[in-house]
Amino acid sequence: MSAGAAFSAARIGALMIKEFIQLRRDRLTFAMILVVPVLQLVLFGYAINTDPKELPAVIVSADNGPAIRAVVTALASSRYFAIRPGFVSEAEADTLVRSGAAAYVIAFPPDFERDLARGLRPQLLIEADATDPAASANAIAALPEIVSRALADFLAGPLAGKAPSALPVDLVIHRRFNPEGITAFNIVPGLLGTILTMTTILMTALALTRERERGTLENLMATPATPLEIMIGKIVPYIGIGCVQVAVILVCANVLFHVPMMGSMLLLIGVTILFIGANVTLGYTFSTIARTQMQAMQMTFFWFLPSILLSGFMFPFRGMPDWAQVIGVILPLTHYIRSVRGIMLKGNGIPELSGEIWPLAAFWLAVATIALARYRRTLD
Amino acid sequence: MSEAASEQVISIRGLTKSFGPRKVVDDVALEVSRGEIVGFLGPNGSGKTTTIRMICGLLKPDGGSGTCLGFDILTEATRIKREVGYMTQRFSLYDDLTIRENLDFVARIYDLPHRRDTVRDTLERLGLTRRKDQLAGTLSGGWKQRLALAASVMHQPRLLLLDEPTAGVDPQARREFWDEIHRLAAGGLTVLVSTHYMDEAERCHRIVYIAYGHVVARGTVAEVIAASQLATVVVSGGDTLALAAALKGRAGIEQVAPFGNELHVVGPDAALLRASVDDVLAETGSTGRARAGETSLEDVFIRLMQQARVADSAGNGGAA
Ligand SMILES: Nc1ncnc2c1ncn2[C@@H]1O[C@H](COP(=O)(O)OP(=O)(O)O)[C@@H](O)[C@H]1O
Ligand SMILES: [Mg+2]
Repeated sequence: MSAGAAFSAARIGALMIKEFIQLRRDRLTFAMILVVPVLQLVLFGYAINTDPKELPAVIVSADNGPAIRAVVTALASSRYFAIRPGFVSEAEADTLVRSGAAAYVIAFPPDFERDLARGLRPQLLIEADATDPAASANAIAALPEIVSRALADFLAGPLAGKAPSALPVDLVIHRRFNPEGITAFNIVPGLLGTILTMTTILMTALALTRERERGTLENLMATPATPLEIMIGKIVPYIGIGCVQVAVILVCANVLFHVPMMGSMLLLIGVTILFIGANVTLGYTFSTIARTQMQAMQMTFFWFLPSILLSGFMFPFRGMPDWAQVIGVILPLTHYIRSVRGIMLKGNGIPELSGEIWPLAAFWLAVATIALARYRRTLD
Repeated sequence: MSEAASEQVISIRGLTKSFGPRKVVDDVALEVSRGEIVGFLGPNGSGKTTTIRMICGLLKPDGGSGTCLGFDILTEATRIKREVGYMTQRFSLYDDLTIRENLDFVARIYDLPHRRDTVRDTLERLGLTRRKDQLAGTLSGGWKQRLALAASVMHQPRLLLLDEPTAGVDPQARREFWDEIHRLAAGGLTVLVSTHYMDEAERCHRIVYIAYGHVVARGTVAEVIAASQLATVVVSGGDTLALAAALKGRAGIEQVAPFGNELHVVGPDAALLRASVDDVLAETGSTGRARAGETSLEDVFIRLMQQARVADSAGNGGAA
């Protein structure tokens, strides 16, 4: 009888089919798999797409000369900025930005009017709260144009001829809280990786613990299925599910937000399978360690937090302290986000990405080894 | 038994297993020959499930050795699993799979050659063809147990291990279940079945009684009863409640149990027992009449359990 084979495709098939059927019947999980990515993408997508107007701004200025009035009026009429009437001190402005009451501080130095009249290109300091880069990007981009027009009109009057060809002021833009100013498109790759990390690890982390809690593991263990067969049978369906999620996210990203695809789709699929494989195997490893579904969930969240914090998704990777970078380098999400950004936005190929691909493969191999070593062949 | 040539299907010695400091199975030996139905009896928590799990490789024994179907239970668990059907104490098929999907899963896991036909035949035999698309979790206890049995014999095992298969199942279903077990055994299948129903013990060829991890009795039902050397007196009539109170604690009387309008009085020494009963009847002036009765398996088991409890608390330093 073929049941004598040490490695049986039929047994793996049995497990995979079973896993798919159960997944299909589990409405909640099924919804989580398909609805959550779309929902997240749309939510983030609005943040990406909106062109926020009327951002609260305050003026720091010592006097109220005509040039300053002209700039303030122009800023207000651009509708990007909701300018608070009157001036505030620098200290007050700082407090307002920190509290979120103001998103912009526009600071005119004391001798602004005089220097402008002399053609000395005085500084015009714009301080922007860039915690939400998507929100500040458009307003900042529009700034030079607004200022230069306002001053052109002004200089065309009494001080005609003094108008220099370049911008008559030295516009200094200071982005606070998010110096890299991550742009909109950067969010989609990060989101792709984050959603996959969460759902794929969680689903497989529950895979064995659920069987243990329901008592079905005892039956499964009494069958000839080997640990390797059970592992493959349990993780392959979730790799498939992960791929469906990726397709959903990418189609939405393209249709709704026109995120570009510069590189090879095939390479993206390859890297994605590598990443999902690493994640589901990690989830499976969790489920060989956890005794209950609750523990498996806790382990998943324990993994998820550093993943979103230290992978470069939330904070710029180079801005992190060394120890955090070391952790970040181990995380598959770090390499996946870099790969996806590279492929989608820069059109990177395998040569540029080899430094990201082998860590993913190595991680996968390592966790698969741990999972097989950890798998308990008995109920002890 | 009599057939010296009979092939040993299970042959283990000195099987021992501890969970933490507690020895749950202690020096258990078990011999089961081909075609036998052996009842594995004992109170709850006595180590039946643990022993069965060690036989089929689901738990690693701390000590002991032996073979199951000729394979070493310590090193050849994988081989054993292929030829053993194991029906767990708790329903362990998938509640969220239909009846057919469950059977199909089992057929695939054992890599059965004619999977579709086997599943179809099994459904037919079970009488579940019409309900094949019903979720297994929605079946009643009796049907679940029949399904589990069918699933555990689909790969035509040589040994069937049944762990309290009829717990919580109505008498009609239990009887049909046992008829099926006997049919399977007649076809050459060897069965080890744990239970704590006395009537089921009597449907086994042989029983092994385990208490607190120790085998305390084995043999046919008649042998076990005879070996206990217990005598029984049945008292009928009179005020059974008052009589029972008066009989308890008298010399030579170990158990007093009411059965309807009768009292079963049990003790190890027939003469002493009869004398004590007669004394009590005379003292109380009861109208009850005493006669010699047959000792039941239940009486024997209660005695074995009490003895084992005494031995266990002595051996385990008085821990309950
Ligand atoms: N995995 C385990 N861990 C700790 N104790 C256990 C475990 N399995 C069983 N036990 C204990 O071992 C004893 C014997 O259990 P079991 O073999 O299930 O008895 P039975 O099947 O005869 O009711 C019980 O006291 C039970 O609590
Ligand atoms: Mg039990």
